[in-house]
Amino acid sequence: MTDSANIATDLFSSGGGQGEVFITGHSIIRNGAVEKDGHLVWKEVSAQHTGDFLVSAYRQMGLSYPKFFKMDNLSKLGLLASENLLSGTDLKGKYKTDEISVVFANASSSLDADQKYFDTIKDIASPALFVYTLPNIVIGEICIKNGFKGENAFFVFDKFEAKFLHQYVQTLMRQKTNKACIFGWLELLGDSYEAALFLLEKEAADKTNPFTLENIYKLYS
Amino acid sequence: MEKLMADLKAQIIQQLNLKHLKPEDIGDDQPLFVEGLGLDSIDALELIVLLQQEYNIKLANAEDGPKVFQSVRTMAEYITANKPA
Repeated sequence: MTDSANIATDLFSSGGGQGEVFITGHSIIRNGAVEKDGHLVWKEVSAQHTGDFLVSAYRQMGLSYPKFFKMDNLSKLGLLASENLLSGTDLKGKYKTDEISVVFANASSSLDADQKYFDTIKDIASPALFVYTLPNIVIGEICIKNGFKGENAFFVFDKFEAKFLHQYVQTLMRQKTNKACIFGWLELLGDSYEAALFLLEKEAADKTNPFTLENIYKLYS
Repeated sequence: MEKLMADLKAQIIQQLNLKHLKPEDIGDDQPLFVEGLGLDSIDALELIVLLQQEYNIKLANAEDGPKVFQSVRTMAEYITANKPA
C-alpha cells in the first residue's frame, strides 16, 4: 500500500458505524465464470482471449447497449460486472441518482488500454482508444448507463486492499448524501481479468451481511 | 460509387467498433450522427482517421466535417472528388 493510502487508512480508522450499511449483493467475474450472490450464472471456457469472453458474456446476459462494443476491455468488464450485480434490483427506484456512489480499485490501472493506444501512435493515434487511457473511465461508463450521479473514486493498489477500501467506503457512506454504493475490485490486463463488485445499501430488507471486513472476505476470497 | 459505399460501410463498422451492425444495416443516405447511427464526437475523429488511413485523404477544413460526414453517400462523394491521383 502507498504511504498516502496508509495515512488515509489511519484517518478513517477512527469512529464506528459498522452494521448500518449492508452488503445486499455481489458479483464476481473470473476464470470464464460469471457469479451473482455466490451462484454461478454462466461459464464460458472456450473463449481464447479476454475480449472474446467479454463479448460472449454480453450476449449471454442478453444486454442491449451498443456502446459496449466501443469500450475498452476494462470498461466492458466493469459494465458486465455491474449489470450482473444490479440485475433484479431497483436502485433508482429506491434512491436518488446522486445518492448512489461508485468506488473501484485495481492493480493495472488502465494499462491494457494504454498499451493498445501506444501501439496506434506509431501510425495514426486512435481517438477512440485515447479516451479509455484513464482507469476511472469505467466508472463514467457505468454511471452514464445507469444515470448515477453520486461520489466516485478509483484507487490503484498492488492487490485488493479490502481494509482500506472498507474504511474509505464506510466513511463515504456515513455522509447523508450517500445511501448506496457499488464498490470493489476491477482488474484487467491482457488475458488476465477479475472483477468482484459489491452492492452496499443503507436501506436493506435483507440484513444478513453487514458491511464488515469479515463479510467482504467471506464473499470474495 | 456503389462499390465505394459498400467498402465504406464495412470500414465504418470496423473502425468504429459497431459490431452489432452489418453493412446492410447502414443506409446510403442515413444520417451518421444523432438520429441516424447515433455516432458521437469521438466517432467523428475516427472517421477522419479512416479517411486518412484508407484513402490517404486529409480533411482540409474542419468546417467541412458535418457536410462530408452527413452520410455514407456524402463520404463517398468526398472521397471520389478528393482522392489522390
